[in-house]
Amino acid sequence: MGQLIKDLADWLVEPTRYSLLSTALLAAVLIWRKKLTHPVVFGTSMLGILAFFLFAWGDPNFKAIVTKPDNVPILILLISILFFTWLALRRAVLNDERIERGEPTLEGELSKQKVFTWPDLVYVELICMVLFTAMLMVWSISIEAPIEEPASQARTPNPSKAPWYFLGLQEMLVYFDPWIAGVLLPSFIVVGLMAIPFLDTNPKGNGYYTFNERPFAVSFFMMGFLLLWVSLVIMGTFLRGPNWSFFGVFEYWDPHKLEPMVNVDLSVYFWVKMLGMPRPESPLIREAPGILLLLGYFVAMPPLLGRTLFRKMAAEMGPVRFNVMMHLFLWTALVPIKMVLRWTLSLKYFIGIPEWFFNV
Amino acid sequence: MDKLFRYIASTQIWRSIFRHGYPDTPRNRTLAVLSNVVLHLHPVKVRRSGIRLSYTWCMGGLTFFLFLVETITGLLLMFYYRPTAELAYQDIFALREHVPIGVMREVHRWAAHLMVISVWLHMYRVFLTGSYKPPREFNWNVGVILLVITLLLSFTGYLLPWDQLAVWAITVGTNMARATPFLGHEGPGAALISFGGLNFIHAGDDVRFGLLGGRFVGEAALMRFYVLHCVGFPLLAAGLMALHFWRVRKDGGISGPL
Repeated sequence: MGQLIKDLADWLVEPTRYSLLSTALLAAVLIWRKKLTHPVVFGTSMLGILAFFLFAWGDPNFKAIVTKPDNVPILILLISILFFTWLALRRAVLNDERIERGEPTLEGELSKQKVFTWPDLVYVELICMVLFTAMLMVWSISIEAPIEEPASQARTPNPSKAPWYFLGLQEMLVYFDPWIAGVLLPSFIVVGLMAIPFLDTNPKGNGYYTFNERPFAVSFFMMGFLLLWVSLVIMGTFLRGPNWSFFGVFEYWDPHKLEPMVNVDLSVYFWVKMLGMPRPESPLIREAPGILLLLGYFVAMPPLLGRTLFRKMAAEMGPVRFNVMMHLFLWTALVPIKMVLRWTLSLKYFIGIPEWFFNV
Repeated sequence: MDKLFRYIASTQIWRSIFRHGYPDTPRNRTLAVLSNVVLHLHPVKVRRSGIRLSYTWCMGGLTFFLFLVETITGLLLMFYYRPTAELAYQDIFALREHVPIGVMREVHRWAAHLMVISVWLHMYRVFLTGSYKPPREFNWNVGVILLVITLLLSFTGYLLPWDQLAVWAITVGTNMARATPFLGHEGPGAALISFGGLNFIHAGDDVRFGLLGGRFVGEAALMRFYVLHCVGFPLLAAGLMALHFWRVRKDGGISGPL
């Protein structure tokens, strides 16, 4: 029985299933938020997770990854993200019900009352500081900060991992070249975050939790933050082992585990497999299908979506805002699209011009 | 006891510091906040909804608190640490062996991890309550820059222990800079910046070289990261934090329904 659960868990966290499951979970939570954020449902699932942890604790491979001193913060991240996502959605559900009934929101009721900073706020701050100081001291005394062997340029550790908060970007290196994964995507994230207040013209939902009044904004942000950032950090920490190979949570990190990687460019699919001819010499002609495909994606999609699915949004935002937002959205969507294509079709590059270091 | 306290509070020294009585009346509570340089970051009165933990999560304040913890423990660590390739590792190792109650490195490290998490959660909360909407657009932008600086602070600190984990994490992290379009020697477009067959962008002068002060993570990189970690980024963060907190006040205090 125990072995069965372990095998099932390892089977479930394989990258394709892990991503599909986490996407499905977020979608389900957002769609059925009324039922799924009920405290009983949340409490039960938390107990389930706890039970799984207690069960898994006996496994040496699981324990080895989870109790690594530098991985303790990732566990804190996982737990706090689950908790706060639930808290925010729960309050959003309650507020949406109140708004429907024409009542003030949870925050609205209290916001008219004002209290003195001393004592109401300074005491909360003081208690917070004392609690966290105590927690940090206990944590620091009980877990020693690790120190590995002295630095050496000659010996590369396996796996070599970036600091944990950049593991999402390191995961992107599997699917994209470094100039996209390490330069373009982070720049888009920073610029995109900074652009949010200027793109979101919806005046509602300012100062209280709500979902119904801004469904697209909340869903898009949660998709980016939870699925493409936090969940990849967790995956990079716990599931990526030697050679950046994939390991289940109960699997031994065997450095000799080899995963066959035969990835194929789109140009090979087009010229060789579809047309049955050798690829043309000139890079631009050779890569024409990929170039046209991506140009089509970025040029045709914004007006197409603006006239169909996002018609109301396009009208409200105006052309400039809508186009900027769509391009950020399309780049965000390109990440999971490429991941899925890699897993299903072993697609290497849409456009592969290694001559110019230009691979997408 | 009561008499003693009353005496202390009546001395000239006490009254020169605290220019108000015990804060149990509206007047004294107002003065307590207004006449204290730390507390006057706050307004005298706040929205009751705004200070509920279930609303604010306390993550912004926690981030600031952790920044202070990092500053204090970091300062103590600087007493024991010399940023050179020969000595850095030894000094870190000696912290464990020779310094009595040597938990400062632990506190520094765990608080740094926590600070990254609390900054993310703060951003998450601000987004989900729509608190970036007018009039807070500018402050959201300051916040994003502070988020980036927090990550850079942690990233530069990652190198300082000078062990295998440190050097190779920074190597993996900075390898990306090689591929910067036009400015990295393995980036697209870098080959275009050439004159008469001479490449201007190569491993010895591209962005990565600028970051590390060399072709690999070596002594020069350690010094750069040390200075940025201990002086550059903390100053930048402190300045922007002042701006961030000031703008919170100017933009209407802790966000709440309009």
